[in-house]
Amino acid sequence: MYALREAIAAFRRAPVLTGLSSAMVGLALFVVGLFGLATYNLQLTLSAIEERVEVVVYLRDDARQSEIDLLLGELGDLEEVRLVRYLSKRDALERAQRELPEFGELFLESEVNPLPQSLEVELRPGDRNPEVVERVADWARQYPFVEDALYGEEWVDRLFALRRVGLASTAVLGGAFALVAALIIGTALRIAIFARRDEIYIMRLVGAKRGFIRRPFLLEGALAGLAGGVLAWLMTYGTYRGVYAYLFEVAWVPGTWVVAGLATGAAFGAVSSALAIRRHLREV
Amino acid sequence: MIKLTHVSKEYPKRGFALRDVSFHIKKGEFAFLTGHSGSGKSTTLRLIHMADHPTDGEVRVSGYSSERVTERDLWKVRRRVGYVFQDFRLLPGRTALENVAFALQVTDTPAKAIEPKAQRLLTQVGLAPKARAFVNELSGGEQQRVAIARALANDPYVLLADEPTGNLDERATRGVMELFRDINAKGMAILMATHDMELIKRHPTARVFELDNGALVYDSDSAEGPRENTRANPPASTGTL
Repeated sequence: MYALREAIAAFRRAPVLTGLSSAMVGLALFVVGLFGLATYNLQLTLSAIEERVEVVVYLRDDARQSEIDLLLGELGDLEEVRLVRYLSKRDALERAQRELPEFGELFLESEVNPLPQSLEVELRPGDRNPEVVERVADWARQYPFVEDALYGEEWVDRLFALRRVGLASTAVLGGAFALVAALIIGTALRIAIFARRDEIYIMRLVGAKRGFIRRPFLLEGALAGLAGGVLAWLMTYGTYRGVYAYLFEVAWVPGTWVVAGLATGAAFGAVSSALAIRRHLREV
Repeated sequence: MIKLTHVSKEYPKRGFALRDVSFHIKKGEFAFLTGHSGSGKSTTLRLIHMADHPTDGEVRVSGYSSERVTERDLWKVRRRVGYVFQDFRLLPGRTALENVAFALQVTDTPAKAIEPKAQRLLTQVGLAPKARAFVNELSGGEQQRVAIARALANDPYVLLADEPTGNLDERATRGVMELFRDINAKGMAILMATHDMELIKRHPTARVFELDNGALVYDSDSAEGPRENTRANPPASTGTL
């Protein structure tokens, strides 16, 4: 209770200093927030593209219905497969006419349907990677009534290469931003603690316990970090609204990311305070 | 109460601040620790306060040994040893009462008992009328009284004072010394570091230790007779002033 009272009192006693600390924390976390927003939207875009990763098994025209049913069942039983759709020659033609209107006339005029019947194999979300699609395609190709199994090998490879680059840059840049934010937060709180070094000195002098001395500062650091986190959230949200309204459509990050951001701000604050206060505790 | 046994303190850059110092201060004793600047007076007080560890030897304070006390237990030593400085070290921007109350707040005193006790301590040092005054509005002597009240907050067994009259005029010095005498009369041991020989001469019954270049060169209790009466007169006595 004393720790909480003192932490709040510290805000009241030096509003400018604690306000500046929170603002610095806020700005540092704002950069992390912007990066998070960009990363999230990149991830959404990649996931949307990734959803289109599927294996199309083209069947011979002479494939019997029993054979098709057998393959349909066996593909459906594979762990990696979420859904298998049968597309007859007629369905394929109708779709082509619908989706490729420029060739509509050509399809209408032709007496022979040139499009093959096929099975469209949709994979489970965690299995839409080059290794799995290739394995499923190879597995389907072994059936004699299968003409071929295709999955857009080249663009799947590119998509996953892009995803790997995205992940690596997220880790490196995100880590760097987080580190810079931690340093800024640490410096801001160090200044705030330095301003109260006399109090720490007196506490040590008269026999306050270490934990007792530390607690209000940790709490103050956590509150400053949290206040900075809220500020960063507001600024990031404002930026998101601006981009959405005037530039292009973007998605707002999930609530868990916001909560994680606020918790990170508070944790950064508490840890930075703990590190800063260690030095002062050693002085007396 | 306080016992130093063959205590030496060496700092990496400054060299030896104390060399093989031994003395024992008993309960209720009043002692001066004198010597020139840099003779080791403040280092001795810091070692007794366990703000520093001796390089060699042992410091014992009220049952706690410098050889065994851990960082975790330091607060127990600190509550038995009050400390007063030349520059008062009060918290600016707070009243006299708040400064004393702060020492009580941070040392587990029940919330309801804090203000009455702080008031009582200020009354004891003669500053009750100025309890609500901000410390920067007080004179040097008054500020030192607030610092003494704060040092007494946890009912210590011994009071260490590092040149407590160094920043005070003659009148304030007399007042502070009278206050120390009253505190000592109630049974609290006092060890005061000072280089003011006139002050020591005015308190002839006090015990006197003299340090020179880190070594204890004089202890009025073990001296056979007065050494040219420069330290105290008479030199050897125990108990209150």
